[in-house]
Amino acid sequence: MKPRAAFPRCAALTLAACLLGAAGPAPRADLASAAADQKAFQDHFKSRFPEVPFADFANGPYAVNAAMRKQWEEIMQFPPYDFALDEGKTAFETKFANGKSYADCFANGGIGVRQDFPYFDTKSGEVITLDLAINRCREANGEKPLPYQTGMMASLTAYMAETSRGKPFAIKIPDDPRALAAYEAGKKYFYTRRGQLNFSCATCHVGAAGQRMRGDILAPAMGILAAFPIYRSDWGSMGTIDRRFTSCSAQMRSEPLPPQDVAYRNLEYFLSYMGNGVPISGPGTRP
Amino acid sequence: MASTIRVRAQANGTNTEVQALIQHPMDSGFVKDSNGVLIPPHHIETVTFTHAGKTVLTANWGPAVSKDPYIKFSFKGGAKGDDLTVTWIDNLGKTDTLAAKIA
Amino acid sequence: MQAASVDFTAKDTTRRATLRLLALLGVAGIAGTARAAAPGWPEEAFRQKSQADALKLLYGKPFEASDKVKLDVPEIAENGAVVPVSVSTDLPGVTTISILVPENPFTLAASYTLPEGTLPAIGCRLKMAKTSNVIAIVESGGKLYAATKEVKVTLGGCGG
Repeated sequence: MKPRAAFPRCAALTLAACLLGAAGPAPRADLASAAADQKAFQDHFKSRFPEVPFADFANGPYAVNAAMRKQWEEIMQFPPYDFALDEGKTAFETKFANGKSYADCFANGGIGVRQDFPYFDTKSGEVITLDLAINRCREANGEKPLPYQTGMMASLTAYMAETSRGKPFAIKIPDDPRALAAYEAGKKYFYTRRGQLNFSCATCHVGAAGQRMRGDILAPAMGILAAFPIYRSDWGSMGTIDRRFTSCSAQMRSEPLPPQDVAYRNLEYFLSYMGNGVPISGPGTRP
Repeated sequence: MASTIRVRAQANGTNTEVQALIQHPMDSGFVKDSNGVLIPPHHIETVTFTHAGKTVLTANWGPAVSKDPYIKFSFKGGAKGDDLTVTWIDNLGKTDTLAAKIA
Repeated sequence: MQAASVDFTAKDTTRRATLRLLALLGVAGIAGTARAAAPGWPEEAFRQKSQADALKLLYGKPFEASDKVKLDVPEIAENGAVVPVSVSTDLPGVTTISILVPENPFTLAASYTLPEGTLPAIGCRLKMAKTSNVIAIVESGGKLYAATKEVKVTLGGCGG
């Protein structure tokens, strides 16, 4: 096993310092600084893993570990999310009681749009994730919202992700101080240490990306949301981004927030924007 | 209700390659639920694959087969459009069957 | 219902046939406590904790290691709940392929019966409770040949 190189850690810390403006008082975020963040983020991972084709970052741990990749390829011969995908397609195509359907709530009828989520809604002044949009759609049409994290929400987002498979993330930040504030909040969350283990998202997914944490290989943060929702062998079932955020928080021994909490949505916004260009690879399977 | 069985069967002229995925909890009986109570064993015992009236594979499974079990094998013969019938029976006597078309 | 105490031996064909019908009708399932084993399922072999006992009941003959049995398993399982296992061979006249995981609570994981015309290659996904050997047994011409490989199973990384 290769000894841990000093370079990646230094580079990660430099990246964090750079993005958090540790050199001095943080200037207010603007579109140019967000774009510069994104470039620095992506350049970091490209130089950290030079042999990984850019699009392959959509495959998380499998892009950076050959032995894990082989097991993944065997499982992908017939992926276990197949049942959820079918359930999601059927549900997506079923009309609500009022005669409308999900297609009425989304651009292009909801087909091939997953790569545009999350987006900043300038009308309501908040980040809208795909999961939240699905429930807003349901409520607007007299239906009860779905529980987040798994079940039908995972099946629906699995189907919508599948219709976007291969399309690159295309997250936009409008020139609106509220959108930039949401982006900055997500960025700050990503780099802030928390909980009993005092880890930040970056500790593992930037600083230790590609390395082992016990039996798992840590996925690089760039493109890490591309494969969601996922059938995780550990769960034996489907899970959405919420499920992973909440369970990871708990596993890091920090208080998990409720699904779709503003902080999680901002985090998803930041993380997705950092992964712009990485293709949607969901639904996916993970250990 | 949708079938619990998914089949991808591909004839290549000489052989037919079969992959099947079955939706089943395959509870081993060793796992506890959130209340600390053992979840009773509930797993498939046999899966039978038949083509043209002949059995081409019998799988005998114990609780160590993964949840949503998968199987891959090939048999000589089979042509596009033929039926491949898959039937499973579990330890509670539940069963499901599917006649899939070979591609 | 008396199904739970039935001895599923070959002699008991009438009772087996009746219970098989009842099992297919889901009656045993409704009865709750009664266990309905599918016909032909080697129940006793699947209940064994030791490799020797499982093999004795399944085959009743010894096996020899053979490099003609190809066993493809990961060195380190990404998750012990879903370990891809492939067994294949060039040996002729293969009638059964069985897979054992000695460190599992019950050693026998799966056993496949291959009629003539079925290629001697099987792929499946198994649960492994902990680091263990995986033993693939191929029955060819009535004799048993085996390949053994260790698969390391560790705790998931995130502490969950």
